[in-house]
Amino acid sequence: MPDTAAIAEPIIRISGLTTRFGPQVIHQDLDLDIARGEVMGIVGGSGSGKSVLMRAVIGLIRPASGRIEVLGHDTAHLSDAERQALRAHWGVLFQDGALFSSLTVAQNIAVPLREHSTLPRSVIADLVAMKIAMAGLPADAASKFPAELSGGMRKRAGLARALALDPEILFLDEPTAGLDPIGAARFDELIGDLKRTLGLTVVMVTHDLDSLYAICDRISVLIDKRVKVGTIAELMREPDTWIQEYFRGPRGRVAEQAATRRGQPQGERPENERNGGGDSRSDGDSR
Amino acid sequence: MSKTVDAPQVAAVRDGDSLTISLVGAWTTQRMGPAQAKLVDMATVGARRARIDLGGLAALDTAGAWLLHQTLQRFREAGLEVAVDGADAAAVSLIETAGKYDTPHPPPPRRENPLAAVLLRLGRSTIEIGREARNLLNFLGLTVIVLLGSALRPGRIRGTALISQMEQTGLNALPIVGLISFLIGVVLAYQGADQLARFGAQIFTVNLVGVGVLREMAILLTAIIVAGRSGSAFTAQIGTMKVNEEIDAMRTIGLDPMEVLVMPRVIGLMLVMPLLTFYADIMGLLGGAVMATVTLDISFVRFARQLSEAVTLWSFWIGIIKAPIFAFIISLVGCYEGLMVTRSAESVGRQTTRAVVEAVFLVIVLDAMFSILFSVLGI
Repeated sequence: MPDTAAIAEPIIRISGLTTRFGPQVIHQDLDLDIARGEVMGIVGGSGSGKSVLMRAVIGLIRPASGRIEVLGHDTAHLSDAERQALRAHWGVLFQDGALFSSLTVAQNIAVPLREHSTLPRSVIADLVAMKIAMAGLPADAASKFPAELSGGMRKRAGLARALALDPEILFLDEPTAGLDPIGAARFDELIGDLKRTLGLTVVMVTHDLDSLYAICDRISVLIDKRVKVGTIAELMREPDTWIQEYFRGPRGRVAEQAATRRGQPQGERPENERNGGGDSRSDGDSR
Repeated sequence: MSKTVDAPQVAAVRDGDSLTISLVGAWTTQRMGPAQAKLVDMATVGARRARIDLGGLAALDTAGAWLLHQTLQRFREAGLEVAVDGADAAAVSLIETAGKYDTPHPPPPRRENPLAAVLLRLGRSTIEIGREARNLLNFLGLTVIVLLGSALRPGRIRGTALISQMEQTGLNALPIVGLISFLIGVVLAYQGADQLARFGAQIFTVNLVGVGVLREMAILLTAIIVAGRSGSAFTAQIGTMKVNEEIDAMRTIGLDPMEVLVMPRVIGLMLVMPLLTFYADIMGLLGGAVMATVTLDISFVRFARQLSEAVTLWSFWIGIIKAPIFAFIISLVGCYEGLMVTRSAESVGRQTTRAVVEAVFLVIVLDAMFSILFSVLGI
C-alpha cells in the first residue's frame, strides 16, 4: 500500500476519522492525506460513505472522533469567524449543482461574491461574466433560472459558483453523474483545465471510471470503513477483491483501454505526481 | 491565511510623460474591494508610457488578474505604451487566463413600463384563472365518472386505502376540530350575551348559539380546518409521488391513479366529513352551554330546554347536508392540484398553497350559495 505519510505538506489531513449515524459506523479510524495541487478521486461501493467523507471535511457533518485539518487548521476547533474565513478557501459542487432555484445563474454566482467582498456591483457583474465563461457556459445562460437549464449546464453553473471566490480546494460530488458521455468528457476536460490554470486541488467523489483515468492523480478507495490510496496502477496491484473487480471488471477494462488510446499510459503514471505539488501544471499536455 | 497578508494598495508616480503604478498587497476578491476603485479611476491624461510594477504583490486571484487585465486594456486603448514589471510566471498566466475569459456582462434586463407590466400581469392571471377553472371542471367530470363507476362496482374500491384515509382525515382531526368548535361556541355565547343583555334577552343567547353553530359555524370551520389539514396533505402526497415519477410508474403497471389515489381520498373524506361536522356541532353547543352556565347562570337543563324550542331539526340537517359536498370540493381540489405538480420540489409547495386557497374560497362561495338557496326555499 502506498505510503501516504510521504506527503510533505498536505492541504487536507484526515487522521483517525470515525463517523457514525446512530449505531451505524460509516468510517472507522480513517487516515487520508491530500496533497496540494493533486486531483484526488474518492470511489467506493454504494453506501460506503464517499459523500459522507466529503461532507465531514467541509464541515456539514460532525465526525464522532478524529481530526480533520484543512490548510493547517483543525476544523473542529475554530471560532465562527475563522470557520467563515476557511470556507472561502474551498468551493463545493453538489450533485445536481444545488443552485438556488429562485435566483438566476448570474445571481447565484454573485451570492458568494456579495457575501465575502466589498466590490461594487458592476465589478461583481463583470467577475460573474468571467466565471460563467470559465465554466464553459454561454453568456446568455446568465439571466436564466436553474429550472431552464439542462443537467450539464446546471453543473457548470454550480461549478462557476464554487469557483466564485477563487478557492484553493474544489470539492466535487459526482460531477459527471447524469451527464451524457460527451458532456461528461467535456466536464472532465474543464476540471483539468481549471485545475491547471488556477492551481486548484480537486477532491472528487465519483463513480465514473473514465473520469478517474482522465483527470485523477490519485484515488482513494473506501473499503471496510477505511481508505486505500494510490494511483490506478498501484491500486491494481492490491489484492482486495472489490478493487480488482472495480478496475479489472468489464467497465474498468474499457475505461483503461480508452485511456490508453488517448495516449495515457496508466501503468507508468509518473511517480512525481504522487507527491502532487506544483509540478502538476507542467504535465498538462500529456493528456 | 489571508489575514496575515498585507492590504492591497496602489501607488502612482508621474515622471514627465511616463506613469509608474505599483501594486502591493493581496489583490484578491475578498481584499481588493477598497483599493480597486483607485486603479479603475486612474487618470492617464498626458501620459505616454505606463509601467506597472507587480513586484510587491502578495497574492493575486482571478478577480485581481481580471482587474489588471482591464487596466492594461484601458491604457492600451488610450494609446499608452504599457509594460508590466516584476510579475512572476503564475501571475502572468493568471492575467492571460482572465483576459481569455473576459466577457462584458450582459446589460441588466430592460425595465418594462410599470403600467404595461401591471396590465400584462392582470391579463396573464385572468387567462390563468380561466384555464384553471376549465381544468378543474374537467377534473370534476372525470371524478364523477370514476365515482359512479366505483359505485357500480364497489369491489374496485381500495378498502385499505379508504380506511387509512378515513383515519387520517377524520379520526386524527378530532382533537383540533373539537377544540376549535368548542371555542367558537364559547365566543358566540359570550358576544351574544353581551349584546342581548342590553335588551334583557339573555336567554336568546341559546338561540344564537344553537342556530349559529348548527347551520353555519360548525360546518364552515370544519371545512376550513379540513381544507388546511387534509386538502393540503392530498396535494403534497400526490405531488411528491408525481415528482418521484411514482404516478408514471403506476400508469405503466396498469394502475389508474384516479382509482388508486383519488377515489379513496374523495370517498373517504365524503364519508368522514358529516361525522366530523356532527362532532363539531356537539362541541360547539357544549362550548356555548359552558359559557352560558358560567356568565349567564343558565343551567344546562335550561339551556337544553331553550335549545329544543329554538332549533328545528332542519337547522341540524342544513349543516350536515353541506358536509359531503364541501368534502367533495376539498378533496377534488387537493387531488387535482397534486396531479398538476411538475417535476420540481418547488412546485409541490406552490400547488399545496394553491389547493388550500382554492378549497377555502370554493367552500365559502358554495356556503353563500347554499344560504341563498335555503332562504329561497324558506327553510
